[in-house]
Amino acid sequence: MAADKLLIAGKAYDSRLLVGTGKYRDFDETRRAIEASGAQIVTVAIRRTNIGQNAGEPSLLDVLPPSRFTILPNTAGCYNAADAVRTLRLARELLDGHSLVKLEVLGDAQSLYPNMPETLAAAKTLVAEGFQVMAYCSDDPILAKELEELGCVAVMPLASLIGSGMGIVNPWNLQIIIDRVKVPVLVDAGIGTASDAAVAMELGCDGVLMNTAIAKARDPVMMAHAMKLAVEAGREAYRAGRMAKKPYEASPSSPESGLIQKSA
Amino acid sequence: MAICVTLNGSPREFPAPLTFVELLDELDLAGKRIAVERNGEIVPRSRFPEARLMDGDRIEVVVAVGGG
Repeated sequence: MAADKLLIAGKAYDSRLLVGTGKYRDFDETRRAIEASGAQIVTVAIRRTNIGQNAGEPSLLDVLPPSRFTILPNTAGCYNAADAVRTLRLARELLDGHSLVKLEVLGDAQSLYPNMPETLAAAKTLVAEGFQVMAYCSDDPILAKELEELGCVAVMPLASLIGSGMGIVNPWNLQIIIDRVKVPVLVDAGIGTASDAAVAMELGCDGVLMNTAIAKARDPVMMAHAMKLAVEAGREAYRAGRMAKKPYEASPSSPESGLIQKSA
Repeated sequence: MAICVTLNGSPREFPAPLTFVELLDELDLAGKRIAVERNGEIVPRSRFPEARLMDGDRIEVVVAVGGG
């Protein structure tokens, strides 16, 4: 099969599944799940160090070395553009000048729905400072297009609320975004199980980003592998082009001639 | 001259104005993958040996953690 790589900011990736690193039991489970997912891009949060605690313990980036994974620092927990920009400046310093980032500016703590005015403002500043911005966003096609026009390298509309596992609640909006936006479109947030990921890919998404669906499965490592297969299957189905739907017309799959009961 | 700074939100005293290298040694963070901000501005790693903390500085030391 012809190479089918995910291109983000000029770099090609074999895997179209991006994963978060939160909510796992421990670093060992994190590492095993991420291995099983086949993900090459993993997102991490930026937080204060625990001063005077955990000295000598391994850190997340020892388990997921930047030499092996593309580390995508995110702004989870930021509720305004200024905090998001500040967080990503720290992240760039932390990661030796690495500029690919996930911008997410939240609207409120109950829904974790994106605050789009602040997201747009932060994207503008970050692009001007040389960041390559992948933006978590609402599934509003006009705002997704605005993020692209501001120079974001990918737009990442939610399928449903972060951590909800509700799947794709508005496939029609997602389809409009996929049809109109030229940069990669990745579904970020709301995936619950493998079929959700496959549906996103069948719609024509370029990739899927998830965390809770894997980390909170009964067996996270097995679910990580299921998600890898689902993303691959959905992508191939999209590329293969599904058959037309014929809601009122059955069509037998076996020959209609040569039936033994029609001996006349 | 002793200095008092705010380190990750908590007050902290040091007997003398120390460099960022000395600060990280003090905190057992030497060699760790961290980033430092002073009063809202990044302190590049290249400046750790000579830049010194000043009385009243607000210092943030951050690390990458699990998240989605």
